[in-house]
Amino acid sequence: MMATADDQFYREYIIDHYKHPRNYGRLEHPDISHEEDNPLCGDVVGMDFRVTDGVIEDVRFHGRGCAISQASASLLTERLKGMPLDEAKKINKDDVLGELGIDISPARIKCALLSLKVLKVGAYGLADIDEE
Amino acid sequence: MAIRTLDVAAIRKDFPIFETGIAYLDSANTSQRPRQVTGAMLEYFEKFNSNIHRAAYRIAEEATVRYEATREKVRAFINAASTKEIVYTRGTTEAINLVAYAWGRKNIKQGDLIVLTIIDHHSNIVPWQILAAEKDARIEYVDIDDRGELRRDQFAELLNRGPKLVAFNLVSNALGTINPAHEMVAAAKRVGATVLVDGAQSTPHQPIDVRALGCDFYAFSGHKMLGPTGAGILYGRREVLEAMDPFMAGGDMIKTVRVEETTYHDLPWKFEAGTQAIAEVIGLGAAVDYLNDLGMDAVRAHELDITEYAYEALSDVDGLTVYGPPPSRRAGVISFSLDGIHPHDLATIADRDQVCLRAGHHCAMPLMTRLGVAATARASFYVYTQKDEVDRLVSSIKEAQRIFA
Repeated sequence: MMATADDQFYREYIIDHYKHPRNYGRLEHPDISHEEDNPLCGDVVGMDFRVTDGVIEDVRFHGRGCAISQASASLLTERLKGMPLDEAKKINKDDVLGELGIDISPARIKCALLSLKVLKVGAYGLADIDEE
Repeated sequence: MAIRTLDVAAIRKDFPIFETGIAYLDSANTSQRPRQVTGAMLEYFEKFNSNIHRAAYRIAEEATVRYEATREKVRAFINAASTKEIVYTRGTTEAINLVAYAWGRKNIKQGDLIVLTIIDHHSNIVPWQILAAEKDARIEYVDIDDRGELRRDQFAELLNRGPKLVAFNLVSNALGTINPAHEMVAAAKRVGATVLVDGAQSTPHQPIDVRALGCDFYAFSGHKMLGPTGAGILYGRREVLEAMDPFMAGGDMIKTVRVEETTYHDLPWKFEAGTQAIAEVIGLGAAVDYLNDLGMDAVRAHELDITEYAYEALSDVDGLTVYGPPPSRRAGVISFSLDGIHPHDLATIADRDQVCLRAGHHCAMPLMTRLGVAATARASFYVYTQKDEVDRLVSSIKEAQRIFA
């Protein structure tokens, strides 16, 4: 007795992003680089950004972990490329979950939002440096 | 004497939760509780709910008698010499913290060596780290070999350095490894160490005799052995407990309190400050009765049977790695990983099939680091586990492999 919900949860594009992550790797001399982990399950996501005139010119992510954390990061990088940093800062939880397009249980929400945390801390970290 | 066989179908009728259709493979985390346990607790709430040790009326007398009756049941269950050696705690974690605080602060000095193992649970690591930092003491960890068993050569070497305290789990919660505890305690005692055994994963699953074991402290939780959460036990050898100062201070742990000076209560109440988890302790007593009725030899035999079955079934799955020793030297715990599928994804897919599976670091991050993994999936078994639950797990694994193919 297999619940069909499995297939809805692990939609094809999520598996695809997990197995073939977009923008995966590192940037040389990034303007922003930040990594976060979720100690509970060992998920790690890091992101490198090249920012020119306030626009995210290039972005790469690296990490390891479950399909949800890695697919979420992959999807986020696709959205971020070419986006003004100020706009990227406004991306919120609902945007990320909406993009994943699945119902995430409370236990897995941290996996889904790990890459957003990387973006937020990274982007606001750069803002602090600018002010100095 | 032939060991009885558990009548699992009959046992399962005592656990209403199985009517939901779940396959529960997470008993190393917390067990399910039979009607006998919840019934004993309900009876307290509905018939003699009152505080213990301090009221003169009949229902309070009844509550006190039932509360203290658990102490004798537990004493007999682990073969302690006296009920004075049985201290109620909230669980294993509190029991170990009690020892780290009340024994450790008095006895661990600067430069002293504490020996732990890499397969210990965080609750048997972090309290000692805090103590070691405070006292400027050192901690060394016994490593494992490739089968997930403690390296005895290294253990012997560490004992030669004269540790003040040796603390280890009898059974690893993450790998299921059954440690050679009798030998380890004897060796540690020969070099004069005080020994604490973390019995959280052993007490529910095999006969325990603390006097034969010879340790100074033995800690375990009620909620992993059919009892409720919030009630656990610290066994301590009487002379060791006598020499210790209290842990928590307050009501019920005192004899007399004057503004200038307080005298403490006798054992074991010296360590039981404040209003206790009365219903939970009564529930724990009912859990011990239940396990005694089954017979702990029969419990171990059943789990070995299930573990052998599961070990074989899981080993047959392509791309699956099982961690730890063979079934004969492990308790009913199997940790594993799947190629290309994170344990959390597997657990989510299993959950859709009502299979309850643990995924994570199992509060044993040093061990996960040692194994070179961030997390594993873990199936664990108990008196009510049947083979079809293992079959359902294997189906979920295959479903996960299909989705991630």
